[in-house]
Amino acid sequence: MNWLLVMVGAAVGAPLRYLTDLAVRARHDSVFPWGTLVVNVVGSFALGLLAGVAPGRASPLLGTGLCGALTTYSTFSYETLKLYEDGAKGYALLNVAGSLAAGLGAVWLGVETAAAFG
Amino acid sequence: MPQAGIRACAPRLGTYPVGMEPRGQLPVVGAVAVGGVLGASARYGAALLWPTPAHAFPWTTFTVNAAGCAALGALMVLTTETATAPHPLLRPFLGTGFCGGFTTFSTYALDTQRLLAAGDPTRGLLYLAATAITALAAVWAGVTASRTVRARAQARARG
Repeated sequence: MNWLLVMVGAAVGAPLRYLTDLAVRARHDSVFPWGTLVVNVVGSFALGLLAGVAPGRASPLLGTGLCGALTTYSTFSYETLKLYEDGAKGYALLNVAGSLAAGLGAVWLGVETAAAFG
Repeated sequence: MPQAGIRACAPRLGTYPVGMEPRGQLPVVGAVAVGGVLGASARYGAALLWPTPAHAFPWTTFTVNAAGCAALGALMVLTTETATAPHPLLRPFLGTGFCGGFTTFSTYALDTQRLLAAGDPTRGLLYLAATAITALAAVWAGVTASRTVRARAQARARG
């Protein structure tokens, strides 16, 4: 049953990541990978909320499936490498520092928000 | 630089790759969904096979993320840096879908937050930095290995 819930969550999360990236690219003609940053920050905040609402219990549908597939480490790493290879070394460094800081801040905010309303 | 011509044809960040404009997205979205389901299932399977105790170093997510980065690096060379265009759904299925669904940023962020909140800042910061460094090294290794294999194949084809 849990496998099925993971699969259903991922079937929504992965296309949502792709469509978000597409929508962000259509609005911002930038070399900086804003789309991946947005999904990673939103997904981290949502997982923080879930963890704050039900501490110690992982949700296969919303946590492992949806948030797990919505966020990505591989595209983040590849886009960082591409920025570096294309000569935008400052942006590459900014992407790593910004993603780590924003992701960690978002998950912390999610946990604290759940605790405040819980 | 022999790659310059190929690079110029490859999709750049901030532009739509050919055939991936907002219209006619259904097959691409479907490929991303199926790949994402398979990737997330593989990640879930790894977590069941190698569960990480609370407050321990999250080795399973660490390894999953590193492996997914290496795979995406190798795949991206094959789909964006070769003279012959691959199947248009290969990158959405294996890259955006499978590798994207296999790797996770949210669990990484939550596990880091938990280690930091549990009063173990050393392990938390070590996990935060080690994942980032290993992931970048893995994607570089994947890209480099794929370019080497491609160059050898091209040299062989030329005789």
